[in-house]
Amino acid sequence: MSDTGLPTDSANSIPRWMPFEWLVAFRFLREGRVQTGFIIGGVAIGVGVIVFMSALLSGLQANFVKRVLTGQAHIQLLPPKEVVRPLYQNPNDGVHGHIVQAPLQRLKGIDQWQSVTGQIRDLPEVSVVSPVVSGSALVLRGAASRAITVLGIDPDLYFQIVPMPEKMVHGHARVTVSDILIGTELASDLGVGVGDKLRISAANGNFNTLVISGIFDLGNKAANARTTIVALRSAQSLLGLVGGVSALDVTVHDVYSAETVARHITSLTGVEADSWIKTNEQFFTAISAQTTANTAIRVFVGLSVAFGIASVLVVSVVQKSREIGILRAMGITRGQILRIFLLQGGLLGFGGALVGAILGFGGLLIWQQAERNADGTVMFAMSFEPSLFVMALVLATVTGLFASFAPALRAARLDPVVAIRG
Amino acid sequence: MPRDLILWWPFVDKENSIQPSTRVVELRGVCKSFNVGKPNEIEILHSIDLTLDRGEFCAVMGPSGSGKSTLLNLIGLLDRPTQGQLAIRGEETTQLDDQALTRLRGHAIGFVFQHHHLLGAFTALENVMMPMLGAAGFSNAEITARAMALLDSVGLSAFRDQASGSLSGGQQQRVAVARALAMNPALLLADEPTGNLDSKSADAVFDLLHRVSRDQGTTVLFVTHNPELAGRCEKTIQVVDGRVVG
Repeated sequence: MSDTGLPTDSANSIPRWMPFEWLVAFRFLREGRVQTGFIIGGVAIGVGVIVFMSALLSGLQANFVKRVLTGQAHIQLLPPKEVVRPLYQNPNDGVHGHIVQAPLQRLKGIDQWQSVTGQIRDLPEVSVVSPVVSGSALVLRGAASRAITVLGIDPDLYFQIVPMPEKMVHGHARVTVSDILIGTELASDLGVGVGDKLRISAANGNFNTLVISGIFDLGNKAANARTTIVALRSAQSLLGLVGGVSALDVTVHDVYSAETVARHITSLTGVEADSWIKTNEQFFTAISAQTTANTAIRVFVGLSVAFGIASVLVVSVVQKSREIGILRAMGITRGQILRIFLLQGGLLGFGGALVGAILGFGGLLIWQQAERNADGTVMFAMSFEPSLFVMALVLATVTGLFASFAPALRAARLDPVVAIRG
Repeated sequence: MPRDLILWWPFVDKENSIQPSTRVVELRGVCKSFNVGKPNEIEILHSIDLTLDRGEFCAVMGPSGSGKSTLLNLIGLLDRPTQGQLAIRGEETTQLDDQALTRLRGHAIGFVFQHHHLLGAFTALENVMMPMLGAAGFSNAEITARAMALLDSVGLSAFRDQASGSLSGGQQQRVAVARALAMNPALLLADEPTGNLDSKSADAVFDLLHRVSRDQGTTVLFVTHNPELAGRCEKTIQVVDGRVVG
């Protein structure tokens, strides 16, 4: 009972905190529940597809990028290449010797690499800077020999870029001056295992005997056959680059900003910097094309959602024209009528998006359970970002509002006399 | 709860608290044409002069197509005259914009149609509450108390929670009357409210409107084809071919 002594069942069914327009919009939607159900279902399917596809494709792309970047730095700083400069006697005499031969590229170090490292490390976009020395050598084991690439690293830094401990199949990712890590193919070719010794001979005549501390699998047969990892100092002495480094490997927080950061580093330090985007141009183009296709699909699904909501509301305005006329007769303004129908569009969009987000999420879970690698592991980590769901809700609601604008305007402009007459 | 219509409610529009003999409706030379400026322009109402004072209960009679409903639409501010002056409660309306007309309509005029036109998405009580919910400034308790009292005054408090569509024709029309009185209007326009009702229900609705006029001082303009009901009104006007003839 209310304080007026009257029962208030009906009154309680009208929450007074709810503005008049919201109340009427809700009731109109509830009254046409079959119609409302169908359009919410339509919006839900559209939003579900967008959520599912977006999460799937971003997961797929992240997986591709991760696989590409798992064995390489985001940016690599390289020493300048050797160039031949024509000889000049003086500016007036011109060139002496017009025919020049392209020079051989000998192993060179990056000038002042410690100070360059410091400059790069100070950049907010950069997460890790790792000095490396790499060059060719020959591995000897009895009568067998194989050409290899020797990669000298500082394990504390390099393992933050390439997580070698995760790639070890035998032994440990231990890299002291007497250790060497080799790939599975090379180990197989040479018939060696963890604890065996290898003699490494460089082209400059330097050699070193190292103990195999671990055997890794980089997921690439050629890489497993050629790549060896040693301590930075071992590589420097073996390759004749004592105190120097042949490259600086850099990782950045946002992998897609690598090219921009690389250009900035070049302008800052004068050292040539190549990003993974530049060195994997074809791959990056494919990723961009996929993103464009995904965006196009989202736009078209969004348009179909918008047209669905608009068409339902156009029908609703026709169906409700008499009610609109009555509301106008009882003093409800055009603005209130406009808001009632705008709200219906927004509510349809929001409700559909809510159901669609749940459907999309459910679809992703089912897909992740159903699609697995041969060994039973998850094919790739799916991207369940809350922002995706929030964005879907906001966009669908805004789409609903925009879609309902024309029908709402039509409702607001209805002549009450004509509307009541029906 | 008294079954008489109540005047006590605290949030009544002060503008409606008009004094006896106050002019509620005044039409001077009102004409209404359709398709203005087109070859098929037609004048439906011709130079209507009409005044209605507070508490008058006036029947409007006339053959179909004579312009009765058009006259009601003009007086109800749902339509605008092509020529002439139209004042409600002394306020000239022909120069008002849509917003002002809507406000005046909401606060000063109640409508009862031949078809009850209740909102199907709401219960009987909610239908009565609707005009007050749409207008700003009323508390939930005030709206609830006023709607309950109105529904009680038309003898339908027991049906307050029923969906409006589940009521009988007579009950729906009585709910429509209660809704029309929600804002305590100075003028109640009833366009053949008994046209679709059996004689018993028609009598009940007529009596209800009469009581509203008598007890509350509401001016009632009542369109009917029923000479017997018209004969029970204090005043009757005839509309013939777009002119008030008596």
